Amino acid sequence: MTTTLGQPNLVAILFFLAFIVLTMGITWWAARRTRSTEQFYAAGRTVTGLQNGLALAGDYMSAASFLGIAGLVALSGFDGLIYSIGFLVGWPVVMFLIAEPLRNIGRYTFADVVAFRLRQAPVRIAAAFGSLSVVAFYLIAQMVGAGNLVKMLFGLSYETSVAIVGVVMLAYVFFGGMIATTWVQIVKAVLLLGGASLLAVLVLLRFSLDPLRLFAAAAERYGPAVLAPGQLVSDPWDAVSLGLALMFGTAGLPHILMRFYTVPDARTARTSVTYATAFIGFFYLLTFVLGFGAMVLVGQDAIRAVDPGGNMAAPLLAEVVGGTGFLGFIAAVAFATILAVVAGLTLSGAAALSHDLWVNVVRRGDAPEREQLRVARLSTVLLGVLSITLGIVFKGQNVAYMVGLAFAIAASANFPALVLSVFWRRFTTRGAQASMLTGTVSALVLIWLSPVVQVRILGNPTAPFPLGNPGIFTIPLAFLAGVVVSVLFPEREAEDGFAELEHRLHLGGELRGREAAGTAS
Amino acid sequence: MEDRREALRVLAAAQWRLAVTLTGAMMAIYFGFVLLVAFGKGLLGTVLVPGLSLGTLLGALVIVSAWVLIWVYVRWANSHYDRTVASLRERER
Repeated sequence: MTTTLGQPNLVAILFFLAFIVLTMGITWWAARRTRSTEQFYAAGRTVTGLQNGLALAGDYMSAASFLGIAGLVALSGFDGLIYSIGFLVGWPVVMFLIAEPLRNIGRYTFADVVAFRLRQAPVRIAAAFGSLSVVAFYLIAQMVGAGNLVKMLFGLSYETSVAIVGVVMLAYVFFGGMIATTWVQIVKAVLLLGGASLLAVLVLLRFSLDPLRLFAAAAERYGPAVLAPGQLVSDPWDAVSLGLALMFGTAGLPHILMRFYTVPDARTARTSVTYATAFIGFFYLLTFVLGFGAMVLVGQDAIRAVDPGGNMAAPLLAEVVGGTGFLGFIAAVAFATILAVVAGLTLSGAAALSHDLWVNVVRRGDAPEREQLRVARLSTVLLGVLSITLGIVFKGQNVAYMVGLAFAIAASANFPALVLSVFWRRFTTRGAQASMLTGTVSALVLIWLSPVVQVRILGNPTAPFPLGNPGIFTIPLAFLAGVVVSVLFPEREAEDGFAELEHRLHLGGELRGREAAGTAS
Repeated sequence: MEDRREALRVLAAAQWRLAVTLTGAMMAIYFGFVLLVAFGKGLLGTVLVPGLSLGTLLGALVIVSAWVLIWVYVRWANSHYDRTVASLRERER
């Protein structure tokens, strides 16, 4: 087929400009409402369950899952579905173990929860190290993806694309903080869910609205093997290890965790995960249709001809079923998707720098509100510049593994410490440090030694560590480090603080006073 | 005071038990699926009706099972858990 992909597309540019105008309007409106740190980091805790559910979905559904998974399914059939499913199963874990404790115990970052009954400075430093590593790798993956994608979609140069994404994202976060970021996520989630649904319906209309006819057509054209497991999962341990990282990494992603502070109470946090899981699950079910739709209607050769990785499968499909105009719309949605995800990441990184490191370590928890807000904005600029720089430095590098790496660090550095601090009475400061540092460092080292870096990137014949994702070792290792060190060096104060933590976990903290006042009047 | 603390402990234990059970169920379902993908390639390739392989069906069911587990948790939390929390808060005053 011939495609207009990569040529300037008027509809794409118009839709994209409309998105920028709308989100800048939101940012201007949000900036007038961002006067305190509670507004900057947590949108004043006034976000509703449905809004936060959409925003969580917006933070989570990156361009990698929209374009990447659709492409993977289009090129390898069933194997691509394994990824869509893996990205969803982390959400029940977030619900059962993380969402409500986070809301009830912390204020702005997940380190608030881990440090609640432990010594502040050492825990915060270790937590910020883990958080910032996750944010950095996730940002690199998104920025390099943004550069390539915008280049392919709009025909802009790589550097220009990276700079545009960086500057626009910076404007959202710097001026509008969490209020703007939340609304950008909501707009993006609605556009992405709407666009993907419309695309799926347009595809299914050609198969009398029956997905099975579509799958059957794929099997007819490319053989029944496309509906069966193939080569992607050749080593079961590798698959289980990746699965563990995806499952527990979701519950350790700083930008996801931060969202639970934007809602008024634990019950709303619960509602928001329910909505988020519904939206994200629905979206991943759609990728089944989009992937196989592209396989049949665009054809594998045509997809590979544009991008060997298959990332352009969904936009090409949009062009086939809806013409150049619809291609433009989907391209603009993909761009909006990247912008929203990097904004969420930057805000969570800024919170780790300013709230955890500056306010709670350097200033020992005692800094005037104005200073806190200033440092938060300064950190945002720092991270914005860093993300543009990283995007340009990593130009042309294979960064696909970095999302897996971010999930592996999140699952090993953040998740074990979070769970132990909330549910295990005897957890200590040294235990928390040991767990978080072991998790971060072991994940970094094992990824470096894995075939992904050693063979595929450095071109060595073999790799010292056999698995592509280290989760199966690093997650238990981080738990083990936390438990062993805590048992070896008991901490009386930490154990004493557990009763208060448990009280707050279930009955809520600062909310109680307000509620009591409400009933009394 | 003492029976309130005891009630909170009972509630915390119940919440933890349910959370761990449901997390375990999700792990069993997902890793069961992954192991089937790894070791039962032929089985998952079985075509049930034209266009629908066992693997695709089970894959979609894993997503549905995540929804069901969340529904189970929310049902418990919105009724039993929230009620107990409310009565504990009541007694606190």
